[in-house]
Amino acid sequence: MSQALLDIHVERKTFAATTVLNNIHLQLQPRETVSLLGPSGCGKSTLLRIIAGLEQDFEGQRLSDTGPLAFVFQEPRLMPWLTVEQNIGFSDDGQYDKTWVAQLIEEVGLAGFADALPKALSGGMAQRVAIARGLYSRPQVLLLDEPFSAVDAFTRMKLQELLLQLAERHAIALLLVTHDVDEALYLSDRVLVMDNRPSSIRQELAVSLEHPRDRRDPLLARLKALALTELQRAHVI
Amino acid sequence: MSSNSNDLARKELSGALGLSTSGSTPPLNLARWRPRLKGLVLPALIIVVLEIIVRIGWLPSYQMPAPSEIALTLGDLAEGALWKHIGASLLRVLLGFAIGAGLALLFAAWVGLSREAEAYLEPTFAGLRSIPSLAWVPLLLLWLGIDETSKVVLIAIGAFFPVYLNGVAAIRNIDRKLVEVGDMYGFSRRRLVRRILLPAALPGLFTGLRSGMSLAWMFLVAAELIAATKGLGYLLSDGRETSRPDIVLAAIIVLAVLGKLSDGLLAGLEKRFLAWRDTFNGQGS
Repeated sequence: MSQALLDIHVERKTFAATTVLNNIHLQLQPRETVSLLGPSGCGKSTLLRIIAGLEQDFEGQRLSDTGPLAFVFQEPRLMPWLTVEQNIGFSDDGQYDKTWVAQLIEEVGLAGFADALPKALSGGMAQRVAIARGLYSRPQVLLLDEPFSAVDAFTRMKLQELLLQLAERHAIALLLVTHDVDEALYLSDRVLVMDNRPSSIRQELAVSLEHPRDRRDPLLARLKALALTELQRAHVI
Repeated sequence: MSSNSNDLARKELSGALGLSTSGSTPPLNLARWRPRLKGLVLPALIIVVLEIIVRIGWLPSYQMPAPSEIALTLGDLAEGALWKHIGASLLRVLLGFAIGAGLALLFAAWVGLSREAEAYLEPTFAGLRSIPSLAWVPLLLLWLGIDETSKVVLIAIGAFFPVYLNGVAAIRNIDRKLVEVGDMYGFSRRRLVRRILLPAALPGLFTGLRSGMSLAWMFLVAAELIAATKGLGYLLSDGRETSRPDIVLAAIIVLAVLGKLSDGLLAGLEKRFLAWRDTFNGQGS
């Protein structure tokens, strides 16, 4: 097995008196897509923030150096005063790589909108810009925190396709937090079903299907039933 | 595949812009001027009615001069001392505003960015703020005399608090989620300020600057009414002492015009720097 991009052990994470995360060991291989599936408030976003380094205060350790990573938030979080182009190159201030930005704009399907301001974009388009901004720093791991939860079902499917396409093209691993069972199964190689608070990984579901996948594949339906059973046992539904 | 997603993005945009493409467009010139013309209706009406009322003798002209008379007085003044008064007042306002607003921005940035600074400074500023600013007048006169310094300092005090208050609020109201994007990129403190905090606080800062500017004019008049040998405030009190309401009204009109011009200047800058804002512009009817 090749060197893991990410290998982290979170012994415990507490907010005040509540333990949110308990004994979680997470590994991510190159080019792998993994989903954390669980209800809102189960601590999966916290786990992602710990991995991203936005949350420093936890008990546990990083077992390997984390490769270069980028974060796509639940909301696009674009700077409203910057154009699409400037938002994508945000991490390099004024001297961003224009050709790379132009290529990313093309790849996320926003050709012609380089100079648009965020206020002119729809929710789905704004999230495309956010994904392009994440890719700009050429990460090996892209962390996504419920990235498509605010868009309608059709836009969501389009964005899921786009995400898989981009991950394939740039050879990056995805770690995705979601509460959408279908999304988790459709996108991932492994789905980690989270327990209710305090959260730990309740079950790991391997999705051994080649990409591109068919959303109607019977295996996906079987795995969905399995995941739902687990979630029910965890008293989250 | 990528052309496919292109199409989708276009569709999403045309949906977002759908409102602006539908509906008929009236002739451009008229459409642009109509709101401005609407704004002129009420003042024009007041002027005409006043002129008539004064002309037919319902109001004595030694108390309320006819608008045409005020216009003549204004014309006379414009050939003589008016420019000296305007120059003196303008210099005081600009100097006082620059000092007051400059210091206010400095302290607002300090208090807004540092909780430590807030703990040390905010109670003092809150205390100073509760002093009605005109209460400083006697003290300023005692300490600084009746020359330019005391006037400029009074104007600076007047301009300071709105700019400071709005500045601190602007910084503290910045969306934490945007700041987190900077954290994600490991931005240094300075870079965070330059790339996220300053632009995000700009709308609030402009609100502060504009109300600071209007207070600067207010305190200018206060300062000049109390003790001055030139300036628009002096013109006001001179008109009162010589029983010339036309001079008083002429000075008021000049003050209004200057106030509007200075605010318009700031509003223009605001519009230019804040074109990115996605805000409500009022409803059509």
